[in-house]
Amino acid sequence: MEQSHASGRSLTEPGPNASERGGEVILECRNISLTFGAVKAIINVSFDVKRGEVRAIIGPNGAGKTSMLNCINGFYHPQEGEIIYRGTVRKQMRPYEAAATGIGRTFQNVALFRGMSTLDNIMTGRNLKMKTNLLTAALHLGWARREEIVHRDFVERIIDFLEIEAIRKEPVGRLPYGLQKRVELGRALAAEPELLLLDEPMAGMNLEEKEDMCRFILDTNDEFGTTIALIEHDMGVVMDISDRVVVLDHGAKIADGTPDEVKADRNVIDAYLGVSH
Amino acid sequence: MANSDRDASLRACDTFPKLLLRNAERFAHQPAFREKDLGIWQTWTWAETAQEVRAFSMGLKALGLERGDKVAVIGSNRPQLYWTFDAVEAMGAIPVPLYADGVAQEMKFVLHHAGVRFAICEDQEQIDKVLSIKDELPSLEIMIFEDSRGMRHYQQEFLHEYAATQARGREHDRANPELYLDEIAKASGDDIASIMYTSGTTGNPKGVMLRHRNIIESAAHLVQVDHMTDKEDILAYLPLAWVGDQIYSMGEGHVAGFTVNCPESSDTVLIDLRDIGPTAFFSPPAIFENFLTQIQIRMEDALMIKQKLYAYFIKVAQRCGVQVLEGGEVPFKDRLLYRLGEFLIYGPLKNNLGLSRVRLAYTGGAPLGEEVFNFYRSIGINLKQLYAQTESSAYCTVQRDGDVRLDTVGPAGPGVDIRIEEGEIQVKSPGCFLGYYKNDEATRETLTQDGWIRTGDAGYLDDAGHLKVIDRAKDVGTMTDGTLFAPQFVENKLKFFPFVREAVAHGDSRDNVTMFVVIELEAVGNWAERKGLAYSNFMDLAGLDEVYGLVRECIEQVNQGLAQDSAMASAQVTRFLLLHKELDADDGELTRTRKVRRRLIAERYKALINALYSDADNVDIESEVVFEDGRKSTMRARLKIGEAKTFSPDELRRAA
Repeated sequence: MEQSHASGRSLTEPGPNASERGGEVILECRNISLTFGAVKAIINVSFDVKRGEVRAIIGPNGAGKTSMLNCINGFYHPQEGEIIYRGTVRKQMRPYEAAATGIGRTFQNVALFRGMSTLDNIMTGRNLKMKTNLLTAALHLGWARREEIVHRDFVERIIDFLEIEAIRKEPVGRLPYGLQKRVELGRALAAEPELLLLDEPMAGMNLEEKEDMCRFILDTNDEFGTTIALIEHDMGVVMDISDRVVVLDHGAKIADGTPDEVKADRNVIDAYLGVSH
Repeated sequence: MANSDRDASLRACDTFPKLLLRNAERFAHQPAFREKDLGIWQTWTWAETAQEVRAFSMGLKALGLERGDKVAVIGSNRPQLYWTFDAVEAMGAIPVPLYADGVAQEMKFVLHHAGVRFAICEDQEQIDKVLSIKDELPSLEIMIFEDSRGMRHYQQEFLHEYAATQARGREHDRANPELYLDEIAKASGDDIASIMYTSGTTGNPKGVMLRHRNIIESAAHLVQVDHMTDKEDILAYLPLAWVGDQIYSMGEGHVAGFTVNCPESSDTVLIDLRDIGPTAFFSPPAIFENFLTQIQIRMEDALMIKQKLYAYFIKVAQRCGVQVLEGGEVPFKDRLLYRLGEFLIYGPLKNNLGLSRVRLAYTGGAPLGEEVFNFYRSIGINLKQLYAQTESSAYCTVQRDGDVRLDTVGPAGPGVDIRIEEGEIQVKSPGCFLGYYKNDEATRETLTQDGWIRTGDAGYLDDAGHLKVIDRAKDVGTMTDGTLFAPQFVENKLKFFPFVREAVAHGDSRDNVTMFVVIELEAVGNWAERKGLAYSNFMDLAGLDEVYGLVRECIEQVNQGLAQDSAMASAQVTRFLLLHKELDADDGELTRTRKVRRRLIAERYKALINALYSDADNVDIESEVVFEDGRKSTMRARLKIGEAKTFSPDELRRAA
């Protein structure tokens, strides 16, 4: 599928900073296995994510993609294997601890505060960066006010970046799905993550929304140097924007490499593209 | 040039850069431009604006801009792009604004034809478009971008940043402190200010050369007629390349010294409108129609009590609103009711639209339905129609307060002469253009020896000297029974219905009138939801029998209206179809100012027209659509043909 967006830059073109990519490994998953009772969600999977790259995890439904993301995010704790983040083996940690170390994420089924505005939702992403306590914030004392201005400025930059000025004050529950996804990306970006995990960022979108989202993902990667690991269903999109792709099927890794290598891989063609389940 | 000569020239205020110098002194600390950035309105005073312009102008000079060079300005309404006009003109070069939403191939014609040497682009999107055709533009040497987002990795040395150009300009200014004023003083009102390419409903765009005095004098007349002051606030959201924006935002803004507010983005215009609450509001009919549609949709969803109140007070407004606005005689009871209506309905309604402070609202560019026009005036918005063309610097007739009539576009403005030659409206005015750039043939066709513009519009002056425009002269045809057929007349009647977005009538040299109708997705979608009708997309919705029924009712109401006028009775619509897609400027079906390109539509949808004039009850269509990025794809559909009842004048009389 030939894809390009309004600004004319082809999505297939490697990011301009491709040479800086693929350096140091920021995250390494070694022999991860995760079971729920008798169900084996992930079986002995290893892969790594390098700083500055766009890394995709793909696979058919139930392949274990989201489980994998939940492990990295600290939501699930794998029974076997270890996760090495920024050079140190990670202990069991809660999602908010993972967030504090610079891992942000979005969810497959949008998890925003539906009654709150776009602006407030993204503000919550700054939560970990805020220092004022409840009392000073409630009284809106000088320090709390100054801090709010700093964070609001940062959030406004995200709103500008994602081009969602028009829905700044709109309750997100009223927004179309594609925009909600964009707000969720905004909230994840507000935490200034080093590693951003995106769970099916393009699910349920039409072609135009997908192209917009692709552009925002690539721009995030390019402008902020954020490392991105994403799960996606839409093969075309993944092949266009990722530097490397890991393929899971029934909880096991069946291929790992550049989009071209993966596309040519016999196992992938059989398991995912060719033979139907 | 001797210093005294220079000062005399600068004081003449006959060019935009000179007016800017005057405003920087006279209105130094008053806001000239505002723009919402990161959610906060930023302000530049006239004195600051003059500094910004000077820096950019000198920067362009340092980059090698010469007098007479053409400079493309591509982007949306940003203060920096408005400053570009002054900066370019100060150096004696000529700005050529382009429609920001045009695709690269469309831009190529203008950039090439104008022989553009510099291109000032808003952002990466515009830069990318121009870069994609740069190889075919030998004259293009330098490109400047205002927003540097995404531009980090562009290495070409002919690309410059706006702010960096200004920094370079300040340096150049320090080294040559007299240069800026010297260059400004060299120009006079007779020099070309800008070349505005008209989108034109036929053929290639033509470059209309407007002199400084054309725009400035026209603007001065408008400022005077409407008593505009330096305290006005306007929202600049219409395309920079449209002559209307040139005369309002640039012309009147510079002459009166008021504030031009730039929206945060093109999506936020309605929000920004409420923020600013402009005192003057200019808009093509489509926006006013759209507002009314929005109001009607939202009222349909409102509580019963609100609907009742709305219906009641709109009736009151229709009865006496216009008289109240114009200070006419109104019975005491109506006056009281109108006051109450203002408090309960009209006031909140205007506030919701951001029109509370509007002292003056103008529409132009295409005819506005009388019903829509009446609606706004009746709720107390002083909406007036303007009739003008790019060639006359958007200045021709002006409706005067207290003498606004629905069916005319008003008398000639001060300094304007209008005559009718063989049914065609001809205009002579201070705004009259110099000619089309590099197109003498077209100039000779449009501009007579003694300086009259042939507008190509059919119309007449009534007894009071008000101009009545019928339609494009080329579009007015005759039906086989001899009835004059003015397509827009019929279309506008139908477009008043909120369910109809666009209509294209056919009838020239035919026995009867048929019509393409494009439904208004939002209004019809809302209606369908309330009826519990399922649909997946536009094509699907437009194909529903119920929707055909809905549109048929609208058409039959139009037919009833037409039947009452014996001269128009045979122009009733007999057969119609609902198009499977919206008409789109990217497909070339509309101009960038949203005017219907009749000829192209007649050509492209010939099969549909033939079917309308056969007895078929459906027709297959395959059409090409162009996406925003220029890719093409084809759409296939089977369209049903609907029939509408027509009425004979006698029948109506009997019924009455």
